[in-house]
Amino acid sequence: MGAVVLLGCAAIALGPAAALVLLTVVAEPLLVIVLVAGAFFWLLSLLAASLLWSVAVQLSGREDAALLPLGAAAAVLLQELCRFACFKMLKKADEGLATLSEDGRSPISLRRMAYVSGLSFGIISGVFSITNILADSAGPGTVGIHGDSPYYFITSAFLTMALVLLHTFWGIIFFDACERRRARGLGLVVGSHLLTSGLTFLNPWYEASLGPIFILTLCTGLWAFKTAGGSFHNILKCLSCK
Amino acid sequence: MITFMNNSDSEEEPCNERTSLMSAESPPVPSYQDGLQASEAGEAQAHRKRRAGSSRGPSNIAGGEMSGSGVPVRESILENEEEELTLKYGAKHVIMLFVPVTLCMIVVVATIKSVRFYTEKNGQLIYTPFSEDTPSVGQRLLNSVLNTIVMISVIIVMTVFLVLLYKYRCYKFIHGWLILSSLMLLFLFTYIYLGEVLKTYNVAMDYPTLFIVIWNFGAVGMICIHWKGPLQLQQAYLIMISALMALVFIKYLPEWSAWVILGAISIYDLMAVLCPKGPLRMLVETAQERNEPIFPALIYSSAMMWTVGMAKPDTAARGPSQQTWDAAEDGREHLRSPSHAESQMSETSPVPTRPVTLEELEEEERGVKLGLGDFIFYSVLVGKAAATASGDWNTTLACFVAILIGLCLTLLLLAVFKKALPALPISITFGLIFYFSTDNLVRPFMDTLASHQLYI
Repeated sequence: MGAVVLLGCAAIALGPAAALVLLTVVAEPLLVIVLVAGAFFWLLSLLAASLLWSVAVQLSGREDAALLPLGAAAAVLLQELCRFACFKMLKKADEGLATLSEDGRSPISLRRMAYVSGLSFGIISGVFSITNILADSAGPGTVGIHGDSPYYFITSAFLTMALVLLHTFWGIIFFDACERRRARGLGLVVGSHLLTSGLTFLNPWYEASLGPIFILTLCTGLWAFKTAGGSFHNILKCLSCK
Repeated sequence: MITFMNNSDSEEEPCNERTSLMSAESPPVPSYQDGLQASEAGEAQAHRKRRAGSSRGPSNIAGGEMSGSGVPVRESILENEEEELTLKYGAKHVIMLFVPVTLCMIVVVATIKSVRFYTEKNGQLIYTPFSEDTPSVGQRLLNSVLNTIVMISVIIVMTVFLVLLYKYRCYKFIHGWLILSSLMLLFLFTYIYLGEVLKTYNVAMDYPTLFIVIWNFGAVGMICIHWKGPLQLQQAYLIMISALMALVFIKYLPEWSAWVILGAISIYDLMAVLCPKGPLRMLVETAQERNEPIFPALIYSSAMMWTVGMAKPDTAARGPSQQTWDAAEDGREHLRSPSHAESQMSETSPVPTRPVTLEELEEEERGVKLGLGDFIFYSVLVGKAAATASGDWNTTLACFVAILIGLCLTLLLLAVFKKALPALPISITFGLIFYFSTDNLVRPFMDTLASHQLYI
């Protein structure tokens, strides 16, 4: 407990995201705006999902926790819907920038915007998941005193990190699938998001939830790498500094 | 500037401060914008300072001289190029405003979350005379609406007074008022703030040290803000006084009144800037007619400042009392391209004043101005969210994103409409919507998810 846990969990959960932002987004003002716009869209989806869940809880009269699977599924579907809305907006912005520029091409490619919008979804989702937990971890208390798992903070941090990376990869794959009008990509993104959310229902059985989620993250990462045009050849070229 | 001393023990009197985003001026020639914020109602420490900024960009100068020359071809070419440049540099301007607004909010939220003084209820200002301690909901709502009416009327009166002062050229009065307000902000409020921070962290400090620290801080602040100083230091001071003012509002405005006041002031901002007889619009137009800046020194500017020796070409046309303001005000935004600079330079010196070299012109970056009242109200919204949202960080973050998006949209509208626009309405509307919906709908949802360690 205390500052050590706070800093450690914050670094685990948001470190990769912060590094990505500092290295790739901060230098370009347009990308910072895309980052904030993506966060706004995610917040809208969360708002809609919470509204749905509150209404469902009020109407059904059941306990909050019983309707959580419904709430989580609705949240996932609405997030993907808002990702699609973000895609539409960025596509329009891309066309607008292309017409305004001198050489007919926009300064930022749609692929970069896809990556940044995915990253923004990841960051805002991760921040919303972990900030309250971090604030609590700084104060006094005993984790899991009522019989819950004592590894709550560290597993939350790792889950958040996985989710941030997953959102980034999903953003790239989703935008690419929308560009090429391939329903397969869309379906797989929505499916893997639902799967990830569903796996977290297995918490605190962390072997069953954290393990598969990290494997999923790795696979999605490789898939996004391939979608963005990467290949083994590219990696070799990059490493040999040619 | 409408600032006056509050004789009561508690601090300030909010002056009305209205800020609005203003684009470059002269209507005949659309030049590009530097987001100008014209704000009215100054707020002094306890008062609202009014700041209005006029864009002193090339548009002004170009406009003044273009309308006289009547060369339509040149005008249209300039217009196209300027539009492209506007939109190209638009993103940079947005970021130049994101950073200070974010910094101000971070300072306010950090203070609210750590120093308990600013969340304790310790009386109210005389501008919100009705108490909210009533048991019934209806009575409380009525009291908060009445408080808002009192506050907004005070703001309107002060703004109109300020416009009248400006119209009848009482520059010395305004200048003196501004100096008095910033004096109180920089010395008294900083002293109180420092005292509370030291109390929170249980740090002992003796009076001589305190005196030296506050004296240096305040004196350098006065010089930077009202006279000349490094741009970044001036920006830092403006952010700090905005944060101090916002903290005062967060402390002394009662709960419900604060939200109603935020809503009402954004509506007022909208009307004052866009209605033909709105005080702020009249102020801006008067300033444009006279071709002089509106109350510098209380506008946050992100442009690079001229060096001390530089004077504006039409300084000679203005009165001596404006000189000190001009030096502090930086706002000269010139186009980067040499051809433009050249044409501007040759055309915009009606008075044969000092030769401004091309390099000096090119060194100056285009910048954006934002009135301090906008900073203050954005920070009040986010700070109130941090103070009252039951310890929840999600609400604060949601309001923060909402305000940034509102600012972005406002700047986009500015680029499209190219005239004075209020900066408060969109951001405050989004902020209020997100505050209430996050606090009441999202928080229980996220809390329930977190307690079962579920992720969406």
